[in-house]
Amino acid sequence: MSTVILICQVIMGLALVLTFVRVVRGPSLPDRVVALELFSTTVVGLVGVYAVQSEVASFLDAAIVIALMGFLAAIGFARFLERGGPRDD
Amino acid sequence: MIEVVKGTLLLSGSLFILLAAIGLVRLPDLLTRMHATTKAAALGVILIMLASAMHFAEVGVVARSFAIILFILMTAPVAAHVIGRAGYFVGSKLWSGTVKDELKPNYDPLTHELKSGLETQENARRVPRESDPE
Repeated sequence: MSTVILICQVIMGLALVLTFVRVVRGPSLPDRVVALELFSTTVVGLVGVYAVQSEVASFLDAAIVIALMGFLAAIGFARFLERGGPRDD
Repeated sequence: MIEVVKGTLLLSGSLFILLAAIGLVRLPDLLTRMHATTKAAALGVILIMLASAMHFAEVGVVARSFAIILFILMTAPVAAHVIGRAGYFVGSKLWSGTVKDELKPNYDPLTHELKSGLETQENARRVPRESDPE
């Protein structure tokens, strides 16, 4: 079981690295917002796996909070983008 | 037995998240990238949370896991919709291979107005408002 958990953590770390590539490269701001949302979703998954690994169920509360923050950040960014009007970046 | 199911759920969940990240890097424009990330990542988190619910097998933990699943299921489409809408309004470019943009003939980016395409001539006439830019 611990091997499976380690493999999962490596896979999700790789996913974080790929997402970070898109945050750095992403031609426009909406692309970066999408990448940041995927970041928060991946971190929720990582926290879930860590809760299984460490046998501490309270980490799931942290996962709930992270999911909530990611959602609110996406909504806020979208409001900000719409307020700004057409942009060329 | 339950170990095998748990390991399969964890592995497939993290593989779906990796798939979402690969799609985010490889796909050509904003809407296709969102198509990759929202669905695959949500499914990945759901599988991982199912695995953690099976691992602890207590009422409180299962309830929390299902709360996360419900939350992800409710918020992922909303966030994708809002970001896609904002991306269209700020004029993010579509992929060159896009076949059809159904919003384009009906949406006026300057006045921010959307027409259904079914108006009569009279209905479609523009009435100026005070809030219009000069």
